[in-house]
Amino acid sequence: MKIVGLVGTIVGHKTRIAMDYMLTTLREKDPNVDASLIDLAEYNIRFSDGRNYLEYDGDTQFVAKSLMDADAIIIGTPVFQASIPAPLKNIFDLLPVNAFQDKIIGMIVTAGSPKHYLIAEQQLKPILAYMKAQMVQSYVFIEEKDFYQKAMINEDILFRISRLAEDTVVLTKTYAAIREEQEKAYGF
Amino acid sequence: MRKYRIDSSKGLEFGIYTLGDHLPDPVTGERISAEQRIHEIIEYAKLADQAGIDFFSVGESHQDYFATQAHAVVLGAIAQATKKIKIGSSSTIISTSDPVRVYENFATIDLISGGRAEIIAGRASRIGLFDLLGYNLRDYEELFEEKFDLLLKINEEEIVNWKGNFRAPLTNAKILPRPKNGSLPIWRAVGGTAASAMKAGYAGVPMFMAHLGGPAAIFKRTIDAYRESAQASGFNPAELPVTTAGFFYTAESTQQALRELYPRINEGMKKTNGQGFSKQLFAQGADPHSIINVGSPQQIIEKILYQYELFGHQRYIAQIDFGGMPFDKVMKNVEVIGTEIVPAIKKYTAKK
Repeated sequence: MKIVGLVGTIVGHKTRIAMDYMLTTLREKDPNVDASLIDLAEYNIRFSDGRNYLEYDGDTQFVAKSLMDADAIIIGTPVFQASIPAPLKNIFDLLPVNAFQDKIIGMIVTAGSPKHYLIAEQQLKPILAYMKAQMVQSYVFIEEKDFYQKAMINEDILFRISRLAEDTVVLTKTYAAIREEQEKAYGF
Repeated sequence: MRKYRIDSSKGLEFGIYTLGDHLPDPVTGERISAEQRIHEIIEYAKLADQAGIDFFSVGESHQDYFATQAHAVVLGAIAQATKKIKIGSSSTIISTSDPVRVYENFATIDLISGGRAEIIAGRASRIGLFDLLGYNLRDYEELFEEKFDLLLKINEEEIVNWKGNFRAPLTNAKILPRPKNGSLPIWRAVGGTAASAMKAGYAGVPMFMAHLGGPAAIFKRTIDAYRESAQASGFNPAELPVTTAGFFYTAESTQQALRELYPRINEGMKKTNGQGFSKQLFAQGADPHSIINVGSPQQIIEKILYQYELFGHQRYIAQIDFGGMPFDKVMKNVEVIGTEIVPAIKKYTAKK
């Protein structure tokens, strides 16, 4: 099972800290999970111009292909101007309309203010639904006060991330099994 | 319809098209050479001609897993190898070509074939060729519209005076040779959406409509939109032919046809488009009202007649060879089309 963690911003560090913890948790829970991290800060990604994702080159193609090849994706995103960061939206724009069909997607959201707790609900989930993702409905919302000296200090957050890791793996396995059974029934 | 060399009294025309894809057969993992693939395409056209099929066309795609980038050259060989079948492109990417050169090529193919050539002009579903051939993707729409207009003008006028943004002007230019009967049928390729079809309608040009999957009824809306737009622009829709184009595969039973076709479509699309074809959607292809003509010969006859009743189109063209389909299976399909499917379709659609 391939799981890609996507850090959807090129600035800041909180989302990366949470995502690093998520990846460690995933690997600890299930050694069969092939988990990798894409931090957009480490790549030079072009703006989408509408072409098929196979037709980009360099980092853009690498990131698009990695996401398309994944069985599950955990999206980590901060909140900018009451929405998702532009680099993350650009990733969605690079991919086909039904790119997330048959994929499980989990979300971790970091924010400077508790008032942003519904941003994922209103800004991120509709995009993922349009792109046909199976979402892990509960996401982890992390505030500024949960971090201290570049580490997460709120145990509740650590527990939540652990549950999100578990749910993502269980749902990925479950949907794969459902799909396999359904496709077998077609008899061709 | 005569301008487009279509005689409706003979019933629905049946054609075959290939995109010229060059993919491994997912069942064996083997990929034939480009040389063999091109020879098989020429052979395919010969067999279609012998089977009494009306039309055969070859596509232009400049990307990995394709072999007919120089589709006009392949059509030249087909023109020489065949006798009666009409031949064309499916499609010619006019946006990134010089309409003068395209017209010279196809007028020549028309002379080689004795008046059998047609051009289907499209905009390209993939855009790698813009970089390859030195065009700016930002001009995607304008390139097509301007060059397609020029192509139509060359077809209508022996001496061309023309000025545009993407090509040097033409002053009293003679575009030679002229086709056998003075002009060529030129069609506009449409991807299946009503918005795209309306552009063909407004211009009053024949429409080639590609369709992947789904119920046939949704494509009726596209065809209706085309005819309404043509009417609104002052053209008579009864004089504008419509071709529909899509997946086709016949075997003894529907299950067998689905089993043999699905892996080729699914794996082929993964390689050429980056995403497979949903098995659930494909399974719905067995429904009599699905646009995908997959099934036993009798089921396919019924589907095509149902589509004819719905669309009132003039030509249907079948894509059989996609995704590394072995040539013996392609040949078997051509044989069944020639002996069972075409005679039945003509019987029910020709004017008595």
